[in-house]
Amino acid sequence: MHEYPITQRIIEIAWEYAKENQAEEIKVINLVVGDYCGYVSSSIELYFGLIAEGTPCEHAELHIERVIPKLRCKSCGELFVRKPFHFECPICSGDGEPTQIGQEFFIKSIEI
Amino acid sequence: MSENKEIEIMQSVYDKNDETASKINGLLTEKGIFAVNVMGAPGAGKTTSLIQIIKRLEGVESYVIEGDIEADFDTKKLLSLGVKAIQINTGGACHLDSPVIGEAIEKLELQKGVLFIENIGNLVCPAEFMIGEHVKMLISTVTEGSDKPYKYPLAFEKADIILINKCDLIPYLDFDEDFFMKGVRALNQTAPVIKVSGKTEDGYDQVAAWIREKINL
Repeated sequence: MHEYPITQRIIEIAWEYAKENQAEEIKVINLVVGDYCGYVSSSIELYFGLIAEGTPCEHAELHIERVIPKLRCKSCGELFVRKPFHFECPICSGDGEPTQIGQEFFIKSIEI
Repeated sequence: MSENKEIEIMQSVYDKNDETASKINGLLTEKGIFAVNVMGAPGAGKTTSLIQIIKRLEGVESYVIEGDIEADFDTKKLLSLGVKAIQINTGGACHLDSPVIGEAIEKLELQKGVLFIENIGNLVCPAEFMIGEHVKMLISTVTEGSDKPYKYPLAFEKADIILINKCDLIPYLDFDEDFFMKGVRALNQTAPVIKVSGKTEDGYDQVAAWIREKINL
């Protein structure tokens, strides 16, 4: 639901950078979206098409790099993808704790 | 056609909300206000818990910003008890964000004290948006079940204090406290977890003491 305003913001930021670089249109926006960042990639894609219409991003491709969240084992340090209903490390069965991996949400670059 | 020119950006897209949130946080801190973002599912007992907590904060000015999609039952209840409260209706949005908090704060004419911001009843989105708070309080309940930390990890990870409400119902439920706590502690090793009951009023002395301690820091 909150992907609509954030997609507008993505277009705004991309356009600010494009203008600084004397571009008249944006060809590609490279976005990094972690699965735990709170925004759903498919919804961003859906809104992007609608919001970009009539803007310098109208013909831009949106490339989304998804990041699968990982936990870090408190005992052995292993980074791992958790199984549903478990926080256990697959190597040593220790408890995993949350990391920043999977919480990313940023514009990596644009192509003009 | 010429080749594309790539321009590195590496800019977080949250920035507008976060920027406003940190401005609000600075403003509140300056005024001597300690702000608590209260999160929990619909029906978890957020307003009931706030009433119990505020009752125990005698001598501390308490304010409440009530966030709901629609209606103002909770604000009316708080106002009738003499609590300074203001309603925000998001009209559909599933969480509060910083611009709406900024507007509400202006209307409340805050002086030194505690500001509770009761977020929209939702275990997902409120945890993702800073709204200028100093701490996040999560209210979970035994009726929601012991699997909640596993299903909604972010809310438990981000919480600074966790209340388990409706504990008077434990004898009638299959709430697995060990399983619940194992999940909580995997995500969050520092937040105190306090068992409360809005019905019997148990546990809230401890919650109020935690808030008093935070204010005096």
